[in-house]
Amino acid sequence: MLYVVMGYLWAAILLYLLLGGADFGAGILELFTSRKNRSKTRSTMYQAIGPIWEANHMWLIIVIVILFVGFPVIYTTMSIHLHIPLAIMLLGIIARGTAFAFRNYDAVIDDMQKWYTRIFVLSSFITPLFLGIIAGSAVSGRIDTNAGTFMDAYIFSWLNMFSISIGLFTISICGYLAAIFIIGETSGKEDQARFIRKAMHFNLAAAISGFLVFVAAYFDQIPLFDWVFGNTPGLLAIFSALVSLVVMWWLLLRREKRRVIRIFAGFQVTMILLTTTIRHYPNIVILKGGSYLSLLEHAGEEQAIYYLAIALLSGSVFILPALFYLLYSFHRQPVH
Amino acid sequence: MDDFLAARSQMALSLGFHIIFSCIGMVMPFFMAVSHYYWLRTGKPVYRNVTRAWSRGVAIFFATGAVSGTVLSFELGLLWPEFMKHAGPIFGMPFSLEGTAFFIEAIALGFYLYGWDRFNRWFHWFTGVVVGVSGLLSGILVVAANAWMNSPAGFDYVDGRYINIDPIAAMFNKAWFTQALHMCIAAFVATGFAVAGVHALMIIKKKNLLFHTTAFRIAAIFATVAALLQPLSGDRSAKDIAIRQPAKLAAMEAHFHTRKSAPLILGGIPDVKNKRVDYAIEIPGMLSFLANGDFHSEVPGLDRIPPENQPPVAITHYAFQIMVGMGMILVLISLLYFVALWKRKHWLNSSWLLRLFVFAIPLGYIAIEAGWTVTEVGRQPWIIYGYMRTIDAVTPMPGIHYSFYLFTAVYLSLALMVTWLLYRQIRMVSALYDIPVSTQNPNTH
Repeated sequence: MLYVVMGYLWAAILLYLLLGGADFGAGILELFTSRKNRSKTRSTMYQAIGPIWEANHMWLIIVIVILFVGFPVIYTTMSIHLHIPLAIMLLGIIARGTAFAFRNYDAVIDDMQKWYTRIFVLSSFITPLFLGIIAGSAVSGRIDTNAGTFMDAYIFSWLNMFSISIGLFTISICGYLAAIFIIGETSGKEDQARFIRKAMHFNLAAAISGFLVFVAAYFDQIPLFDWVFGNTPGLLAIFSALVSLVVMWWLLLRREKRRVIRIFAGFQVTMILLTTTIRHYPNIVILKGGSYLSLLEHAGEEQAIYYLAIALLSGSVFILPALFYLLYSFHRQPVH
Repeated sequence: MDDFLAARSQMALSLGFHIIFSCIGMVMPFFMAVSHYYWLRTGKPVYRNVTRAWSRGVAIFFATGAVSGTVLSFELGLLWPEFMKHAGPIFGMPFSLEGTAFFIEAIALGFYLYGWDRFNRWFHWFTGVVVGVSGLLSGILVVAANAWMNSPAGFDYVDGRYINIDPIAAMFNKAWFTQALHMCIAAFVATGFAVAGVHALMIIKKKNLLFHTTAFRIAAIFATVAALLQPLSGDRSAKDIAIRQPAKLAAMEAHFHTRKSAPLILGGIPDVKNKRVDYAIEIPGMLSFLANGDFHSEVPGLDRIPPENQPPVAITHYAFQIMVGMGMILVLISLLYFVALWKRKHWLNSSWLLRLFVFAIPLGYIAIEAGWTVTEVGRQPWIIYGYMRTIDAVTPMPGIHYSFYLFTAVYLSLALMVTWLLYRQIRMVSALYDIPVSTQNPNTH
């Protein structure tokens, strides 16, 4: 049953990265859209994501519930030492969720819309930046459970080159996913070309910030290169991601299979998550001094895990069909 | 402000904010579904208009409730890591199930809000009902988790370790039913009166009369029925607490001295130092009756509780008085409303009755906040009643007061924003919602 729970944890992180990521990306894209195209871009995007918007963010709740029920030591260690980035991320979540809802549902359309949009766009950057920082800090080996000073215990645990570059990388991935998603939703030739360009820019940004991650890892003395390239599954994953990237761009530039390319982009992100997690498995938090918090050793009691797995499995019976039907129904052409 | 107090204040603030939004988000879908049902049955456009206006409110409150709930699931760890380390696996079951219920609610809301004229009309209606039911389930589950803190179950405590965990026993702890029942009814009372009151105000102002009268009647019937049921549930809660948490009951009643035929103390100013209550009205034997069903029974007072285990008396007592007081006012208004419905139809059009409803807009929420204070402050100094003290659970990180100020600013501005948005919704009723829908009857969609 522990493996069922771990599978769900990984899947929920992945789905949050993909669906929530594309959602954050929508806000990021808004900033990089010229004023004249902005309202059009917005309506295309939100027609597509509106119905599933709330659902995209539920994956984070699933992740956090799995952590605190199944792996309380991991949850509390991160809560204590990453308090500050977590709190900033929460403020980002509050600002973004409410600004989005207010913008959509305000009865009066006036100057307030500008403010909603500003807050929405800003928090669309901050939230994934700090999500990335938190993820990076978990494996950076900077969390020091025996730290003597405030700075060591609560600041340097997350404020380092490596974590921040992962945050930037996360932002690029979000923008990339959103751009790829939206290509399939647009119809005009000109709009398509515009979003293909956006996808290209964010792809480039992901490559640059990805390179930055390796540079930062080198300076922060994190053996990232070895983690990614030092084992066969990691190499295979990276290789297949690259192949899919080439195929995807080949299709994209010929304007073919505009919706199928999403699968390629999703696959690439999945492979990135796979390479970065597989080498650590089952350790998800690396502490200062080389000790680990392990999913196997720091799992909660057997009974708790058992019922958590039951709850997740039975929950899926309800959630997954409903979610697929939701996605399916709103992807048909709207009825006029 | 020390870190412990700051952590408690931040938690109280977050919960106090979340509780209002989640109550509205949990109850309004039912109003919406009822109005929607009438639209499908009668085809009268006003029902469709009311449904659509309310669904906007649901969307705003759901979004706000969802983010503040997400924040809480993190804050449990950010502020009380030592508590979550031990409690997480034990009382996690309701949270895992709540994740599912909440997810279903989000999916159903997507169907509902974007599904007008897209699906079979009864399927569309059904998704609205699912929003309500899954929201209510989420509420029950979260309260069950809180009930576990009041009535810990499903583990053995041996040498400072929590072993032999039984998540099912923990979920169905002794307090879950009474607490969840009381909370759910409270949500209906408060939201019903708030919604009815807002529409009553518009009726008094003679704006969009048919629209607001229709909306008022649906909300008012939920509100008044729930308000009349609430004292029964409250009575069950009191008897329950008398058995499980005598310290909380004693603090609620400022009952300092153990005695037989204990009086019920109304109002008054508790003097903790001299262990007496000044300026209070006493009803002889009533506390004994309410707690144990017998006017002569003994009710243990605070003198039976070691001083280090006593909750703050004054806050708990005041909060309890406020909750009961508000509840009684709402019961009276409900009784008048029923008299009007059955015997005095002309009262329904009189402005004094409507004014009473306007007056009642905030009362239900004040009662909810006060009731929440009773249950949380009345449990102190424990976070897990009888097992772990709140002060032992707090995060070791210093400087929590900065976080408290920041979150206070955010929540206050959010509360203002949402109020302002609602004001704008209501002001726009004639332009957006109260429109003739001659082309749209239920048979063509």
